[in-house]
Amino acid sequence: MKKTLLAIAILTVSITAQAQKFSTRSGFIRFFSEAPLENIEANNRQVTSILDIGTKSMAFSVLMKSFEFEKALMQEHFNEKYVHSDKYPNAKFNGKIQENLDLNKPGTYAATVVGELDMHGVKKNYTGKGTLVVSESGIKGTCKFKITLADHNIEIPSPVKDKIAPVVEVTVDMDYKPMTK
Amino acid sequence: MRRIVAALILAAFWLPMASFAQDDLLSELDQMEKKEEKIDFASATFKTTRLINGHSIETNGEGVLLFLISHRFGRLTGGPYEYFGLDNANIRFGFEYGVTDRFDIGIGRSSFEKTYDGYLKYKLLRQSKGKRKMPLSVTLFTSIAIKTLKWPDETRENYFSSRLFYTYQILIARKFSDRFSLQLTPTIVHRNLVAAKNDRNTVFALMAGGRAKLTGSLALNLEYCWVPRGQINSLYNGEQVQDALSIGLDIETGGHVFQVYFSNSRGIIEKAFLTETNGLWWKGDVHFGFSISRVFTVYDRNKAAQKRQEKRLKRQVMKS
Repeated sequence: MKKTLLAIAILTVSITAQAQKFSTRSGFIRFFSEAPLENIEANNRQVTSILDIGTKSMAFSVLMKSFEFEKALMQEHFNEKYVHSDKYPNAKFNGKIQENLDLNKPGTYAATVVGELDMHGVKKNYTGKGTLVVSESGIKGTCKFKITLADHNIEIPSPVKDKIAPVVEVTVDMDYKPMTK
Repeated sequence: MRRIVAALILAAFWLPMASFAQDDLLSELDQMEKKEEKIDFASATFKTTRLINGHSIETNGEGVLLFLISHRFGRLTGGPYEYFGLDNANIRFGFEYGVTDRFDIGIGRSSFEKTYDGYLKYKLLRQSKGKRKMPLSVTLFTSIAIKTLKWPDETRENYFSSRLFYTYQILIARKFSDRFSLQLTPTIVHRNLVAAKNDRNTVFALMAGGRAKLTGSLALNLEYCWVPRGQINSLYNGEQVQDALSIGLDIETGGHVFQVYFSNSRGIIEKAFLTETNGLWWKGDVHFGFSISRVFTVYDRNKAAQKRQEKRLKRQVMKS
């Protein structure tokens, strides 16, 4: 009896110690706004994210000032007037993969992520459909979803209404590597 | 009993694992970010490259061309006959271009005394927090102005050099909050030709200014140019030279900034508003003015940055 217990205990500890978590510091997030007068695209290549395949949860944090725009003035307005980066420097997402996937085995999996996005001081739930590609070296995750700016209290003043779409498309592309403690 | 203990031991192993993994991904992210802190530069200390008369620490981004049209009208005291100064406009057309995100060049032409001007501007220090902390932004500025008005006395020997004026400035600013920024600008203006012997060729001045953002697209600016007494003694247009005081509003729409202001200076460029201001606010010698700027993005700076990176990589590969 004691031996069985010990064995279970050791097994438990060894499971916790095994790499269940994957992370990246150079994740990619793009948002795209398609409007009658102008298409606006902004890229952020400095997203930090953690994926826990044990609990099937994932989280990412985006520094708003790291979004790069084609036009310097757009970037300034984005930070100063729309998302107020000094007050809300980060956008954060925390979610769970809905499917019962065994992400220890290499392969390509379709995944649905449900979670909460905290942006511009407003929290809102989102569902995104994406793909996870598990390989020997790590996990690649891609996902697309849409954000309605008004949901996050981001106001677009009337003079630029024709230049900024009320709903923007967000593309997430992460290249996770096993996390080293 | 043993079994209960065993179950407890097991639970003790499992529970923290389950709860830890759930909620604390976000706090783990925070720790990750703290380890790799980034430099957070203060953006938009001022709305545009000008405060009112003088330059602000801001430069145009790389690949950005700014077309700036400034108007300064006559004195309000001109009354209805002069349409409160509007009949008497001084206009400056200017082009500014961001060679890099920190280096700016510009040219302009004012109708006032038919003056051409050109300038260079470089952001030496940028206010930042995070990984690198810098309390102030500092921009270096130098300009040259060429007055092309006909010589008052064409019979005497006139030199081209007498038409030249130079300005050197160190613009020091801090964005205290989202809404409030201040700037101090020690300035030297050198005039090759002055009116009388007791006028200094090189004039020292200190400019101070600030902006208070009223809403996202509206800001109130104030600017004062202090020229210590005793440097300019001859009269300008029959009046004593004064310190320029200006108050204005920045109104921003998508691609341009509208600036409207009142100032006791008639000139728009440094040498004019620093050494040739002769209006007195309390007498109503105030000029209305406004400028419109339009921004053109000549090329995509991100693509340019990407290309530079590729070139750098190629060079490294060639070397190795």
